[in-house]
Amino acid sequence: MASFFKGFLAAPLSAKFGMLVVFGYAVISLFAPVIAPYGETEILGASYELWSDKYPLGTDNLGRDMLSRLIFGARNTIGIALLITSLAFLLGSITGMIAATVGGWTDQILSRIVDVLMSIPSLIFALLVLSIFGTSMPYLIGVIAIVDSTRVFRLARATAMNVAVMDFVEVARLRGERLGWVMFKEILPNITTPLLAEFGLRFCFVFLFISALSFLGLGLQPPMADWGSMVRDNATLITYDDVTPLLPAGAIALLTVAMNFVVDWMLHKSSGLKDVS
Amino acid sequence: MSANGNTNSPLLDIRNLRIEGLSEQGWHEIVCGVDLQLKRGEVLGLIGESGAGKSTIGLAAMGFARDGCRITGGDIIFDGMELRTASEEQKRKLRGTRIAYVAQSAAAAFNPAHRLLDQYAEAPVDHGLLSRSEAEQKGRDLYRRLDLPDPERIGERWPHQVSGGQLQRMMVAMAMSCSPDLLIFDEPTTALDVTTQIEVLQTIKHIVTAQQVAAIYITHDLAVVAQVADRLMVLRYGNLVEMETTTQILEAPTQDYTRALLEAHTRHEKSPTSATESGTLLAIDSVTAGYRNGPNILQDVSVAVKRGQTVAIVGESGSGKSTLARVITGLLPPRSGDIRFGGELLPPALAQRNKQQLRQAQMIYQMPDVALNPRQCVRDIIGRPLSFYLGMSGKEHERRVIELLEQIELSERYIDRFPGELSGGEKQRICIARALAAEPDLIICDEVTSALDTIVAKAILDLLQRLQRELHLTYLFISHDLDTVASIADQVVVFYAGRVAEQGPKSTVFEPPFHPYTRLLLSSVPEMRQGWLEDTLSTREAQAGIAREVKIIERGCPFVERCPVAIPETCVRDLPPLQTVAPAHTIACQHSPDALAN
Repeated sequence: MASFFKGFLAAPLSAKFGMLVVFGYAVISLFAPVIAPYGETEILGASYELWSDKYPLGTDNLGRDMLSRLIFGARNTIGIALLITSLAFLLGSITGMIAATVGGWTDQILSRIVDVLMSIPSLIFALLVLSIFGTSMPYLIGVIAIVDSTRVFRLARATAMNVAVMDFVEVARLRGERLGWVMFKEILPNITTPLLAEFGLRFCFVFLFISALSFLGLGLQPPMADWGSMVRDNATLITYDDVTPLLPAGAIALLTVAMNFVVDWMLHKSSGLKDVS
Repeated sequence: MSANGNTNSPLLDIRNLRIEGLSEQGWHEIVCGVDLQLKRGEVLGLIGESGAGKSTIGLAAMGFARDGCRITGGDIIFDGMELRTASEEQKRKLRGTRIAYVAQSAAAAFNPAHRLLDQYAEAPVDHGLLSRSEAEQKGRDLYRRLDLPDPERIGERWPHQVSGGQLQRMMVAMAMSCSPDLLIFDEPTTALDVTTQIEVLQTIKHIVTAQQVAAIYITHDLAVVAQVADRLMVLRYGNLVEMETTTQILEAPTQDYTRALLEAHTRHEKSPTSATESGTLLAIDSVTAGYRNGPNILQDVSVAVKRGQTVAIVGESGSGKSTLARVITGLLPPRSGDIRFGGELLPPALAQRNKQQLRQAQMIYQMPDVALNPRQCVRDIIGRPLSFYLGMSGKEHERRVIELLEQIELSERYIDRFPGELSGGEKQRICIARALAAEPDLIICDEVTSALDTIVAKAILDLLQRLQRELHLTYLFISHDLDTVASIADQVVVFYAGRVAEQGPKSTVFEPPFHPYTRLLLSSVPEMRQGWLEDTLSTREAQAGIAREVKIIERGCPFVERCPVAIPETCVRDLPPLQTVAPAHTIACQHSPDALAN
């Protein structure tokens, strides 16, 4: 904890800001039921009420409290994005390392599958699969995770290949170590920094992707609050000079920017670390 | 050459130079008040181990400090101009035109995306000294004077299309493109084979004598620098140890450290290993191997390694030495032939071998930097073979790791360190300990001292020999350095283009009769005396053999192109027969041992 705090103090201003924002989002999504003044799906008043003491940010098209929806939206959207990114990384980095470590036909097959998946625009691919199988949550998570894991695969394979040719990996192989040991004990520790940095970046993209799908009506299904569909549902208000529908969009933008600040800093640190090894 | 140049004053005058380097503990001095004067046309050798500040001083002579270094005191006066106060623009004009730098690795210094002549012409055209066609013409002239093959057209090639030695010579030529007054050579021959080294040394010598250019030659190899330098400067930890003429240093060094450097270079003959344990441990029987669909890199190789002995495999790069190691370890299953270990037939592929078979033969690599996982600490690195092969754990495991550390002359203090916190020599010791942990019978040492400084390398060799005596180890020692081989080997196998050219006990291989290739290799090892380079270059072995690459060929003797005594038709057509010189000493040559003795 102490070393973490030290690292925080040593970070540049942009990274500090980014970490504070990310921390704020985390607190809000963890304690959403405590913080939010009303329930997520509670219909309280008339639709499109103006900002008032009772409803700090007004109400939405169905008369639900905007602020509460925004807070619960953070929880839903961030939680699912985190789950998807983790799944994508699990899948992508393991297959990527297998491709790099085993090589030969295994590498060829895995890489060509990824090429095929990457050649289809991801949004079109997701739309296609979701309209065939329906928009239930497991499908949503599975599809985005698979689409996203292709990018992780590429990164993991490329970085692992640089490590796999090193003599210490050959030493492990000559010792008779199993594939799992070579991958997780010899290679993985040497590629964690770029993978972690990529994790932050991927998380933002997943986030935007869910929001985009929700805006198109294929993401999280009502009455669950999420920022993408909140923008869509309340979009008409913009014509009346009301900025309320832009607030969820702003929340997305702020998190993306903050996350990128943190990632930039981590990338900077990881490039410095490489000199030592 | 220059308008304000006064012929009496030194070309380069460095006074009380102080340079600091940044480490985790903050700034600390890495060059502590060094003085250096260099006259026009003079060659000064900078000698010392890594960390002596040689390269830092070399770069400072151009008014340059690397990232993480800063010049904190002293004067650097080049031809009347103080470089410390000069503007970046003034220094930029100087660099490349009046001071040129030749780096260690030509492969890394050339841009692979441009043709060689384009890179040659870049500096003079950029600085507005010559027009493009003039620069190219001048380049071709220089290539011709340096005896590069096909000087008219070699410049049209890309860097990967010429051999390593040629590339290094092209780089020396490139440094001369603006006719500079001062050349700085930073270890220009360190990574090269002995025969290639001569080729590059010849070029450097030619340049400095014919063009009367002043030069600073940085190296850790005294014998090499003795060939080109007029004066030597011995450095240690950023301090001047001794500065004298080359003759004086070689013949009458006044400082202990200089003597240690000279000492590390003299050959120490190994006393023959007691012949009590004479069973054959490793028998390689007519092995032929190659990569994928490529040609045979090893052809019909038979080598026997006796228990408790050291067998050295020597040859230039491309001769198949490391491929042999890959075949033995199972990384490259042979196309035909058998490998027996302790009388038992070894399965050809790594995956088919059992733990016991894997444990018996361990390997130590050339580059300790990449042979250790930077994310594992010493305990994990040395400890893994203990738990993997011997099933040790807990206290027993910890005790054995410490025991191994003591065996390699490091202490318990090292147990939690990461490879990044160790010096090159210490890393190589850890690699040795990791090999020992498996309690092997055979250790394959692949160029284990090539990446180390002379003194560190000698300490590693001493350690290996002590371990051999104590633990009755058998070594297969792969090296291109004949000095090293002479000091450690019992048996020597000379490889050329994937075939065994000569093999036998060291005492007989290194004495006449020689295979013509052995003779070439032996004559290419620099001797610690001035004038050796000229003497060697005048021999017919050198004239026929240097500046040529190892080529794998289908028929006849592979060495025929470089052989001074080749028989025109026979050698091209027929495989050389094995001539038995003495028991267990064979030479693959058409000539009889008697003829080869002369």
